[in-house]
Amino acid sequence: MTSDGGSGAAAIRVEGVSHRYLPARGKPVLALDHVSLEVREREFLALLGPSGCGKSTLLYLIGGFLPIGEGLIEVGGKRVSEPGPDRGIVFQHFALFPWKTVRENVTYGLAKQGLPRDEQTRRAQEFIDLVKLSGFEDAYPAQLSGGMKQRAALARTLAIDPAILLMDEPFGALDAQTRILMQEELLSIWQRRRKTVVFVTHDVQEAVYLAERVAVMSARPGRIKEIVDTRFSVSGPALFKSPEFVERVDHVWNLVRGEAIAAQGGAA
Amino acid sequence: MTATLWRYTPLLLIFVIWEAGTQTGIISKWALPTFSAVVAAWLSLMQGGELLYHAAASLMRGFAGLGLAIIVGTTLGVLMAWVKPVRLIFNPIVQLFYPMPKSALIPIMILWLGLGHASKIVLIFLGCMLPVTISAFNGARGVEPVLIWSARSLGATRGQVLREIILPAAMPEILAGIRTALALSFVLLVSSELVIAREGLGYLIGWLGDGGVYASMFAVVLTVAGLGFVADRLYLMLMKRSLAWRE
Ligand SMILES: Nc1ncnc2c1ncn2[C@@H]1O[C@H](COP(=O)(O)OP(=O)(O)OP(=O)(O)O)[C@@H](O)[C@H]1O
Ligand SMILES: [Mg+2]
Repeated sequence: MTSDGGSGAAAIRVEGVSHRYLPARGKPVLALDHVSLEVREREFLALLGPSGCGKSTLLYLIGGFLPIGEGLIEVGGKRVSEPGPDRGIVFQHFALFPWKTVRENVTYGLAKQGLPRDEQTRRAQEFIDLVKLSGFEDAYPAQLSGGMKQRAALARTLAIDPAILLMDEPFGALDAQTRILMQEELLSIWQRRRKTVVFVTHDVQEAVYLAERVAVMSARPGRIKEIVDTRFSVSGPALFKSPEFVERVDHVWNLVRGEAIAAQGGAA
Repeated sequence: MTATLWRYTPLLLIFVIWEAGTQTGIISKWALPTFSAVVAAWLSLMQGGELLYHAAASLMRGFAGLGLAIIVGTTLGVLMAWVKPVRLIFNPIVQLFYPMPKSALIPIMILWLGLGHASKIVLIFLGCMLPVTISAFNGARGVEPVLIWSARSLGATRGQVLREIILPAAMPEILAGIRTALALSFVLLVSSELVIAREGLGYLIGWLGDGGVYASMFAVVLTVAGLGFVADRLYLMLMKRSLAWRE
């Protein structure tokens, strides 16, 4: 199903990467087993797979947060060794700084870029408005709902305009309407700012709709099972009813379902 | 306001029983002067200015020692948590000295630093530093890795992460440790001044006691208790305000 998909060089190259967690108590957990994956420059790639298959782990490795024990990860042709603002990440559980207000959270990365104070404030406001959190600038994370925290985390990462966006179920806590709004905003930012996006989700339709390619992972230990091309000739609302879209969603669904069953069998 | 008053009625009751017990002779006047005599003694100590003079000396020593303990203890605890060589060097030292009764240091400090301010300040510093160090260490160890990762991917350097992420994330535990240290500083202050000093509230208690002026001695003891209480309340207020983000 994979096709040429543009001649762009690899933005992210993952080659034969395995990751083993070594908890202080208990047995080591093999989370990733020889994963290889290439994400092209300016590509929107979705990562699908059953819970616990290592999607977050893969993002953490690309982000440079975990040491790479086995294999190789390159970003922009350079070996990943530590985190950096070229790779913005939206964490599954938001990871907002609880002692900072929404505005202070969003400003944090902008200050690190050395922007003048009023430019920081202006830009922070722009992204707070974008995620529809106007009026909550001075609220602390503890005062926000799950969906609001998620949007604050989105604003914080988008504001620093990273070349690569690593997003771990970034819309998971949102209601259906907000989710659609945020999907459109993300697509528009991706198109305007020409970013590379790696997008983890559990929602097959969302993956097929947003991404150019969908990588389906197998149950733990995670591997890339299949990569499905999900670019279509139709666009806009008509896409959802087009036969090619429906067929592709169905195909990905079957892949994911197979893995979900395998995961349960493994757990039982 | 009335709620606060009601909360402290048991305390008021103790003073009433005290007064009634000593006035009727149920409690011997030799064991305990009447409450009214203690109040009168307190007023005269205030008017004479002795109380203020000795209190100022004590508070200065307390603040200096505790302030040093907070600065050094917090820095050391955070560094121990996140810089391995610092942990390897200081962990055994901290573990060895933490359970030691700090009052055992009193004679050593006096031997080394004399009868004046320095011996008390260093004693309080040494005694109060370890509770702060240990709470800062535990708080800093407990910081969620994703917070550190967030900061790093937003462009923070390792040093900035230490100051801007780990320190505030550990703040609730650090502040709790400082509260313990605050109480401990009063204990060390008064006991070291009681042992040997030329001024201070502890010295005043000892001096009045030796002279048999028991009403005045009790007045100073009550002053120490009151100061400790007020300091703790003020500290709690400050702590609540700086942790407002926790809701
Ligand atoms: N800190 C850790 N210590 C030990 N094992 C871990 C740790 N973090 C994750 N794991 C294990 O590694 C595996 C992969 O975890 P990971 O969080 O990457 O999965 P995931 O695909 O993101 O799951 P989900 O869809 O539920 O978010 C899981 O089986 C998990 O139990
Ligand atoms: Mg995950």
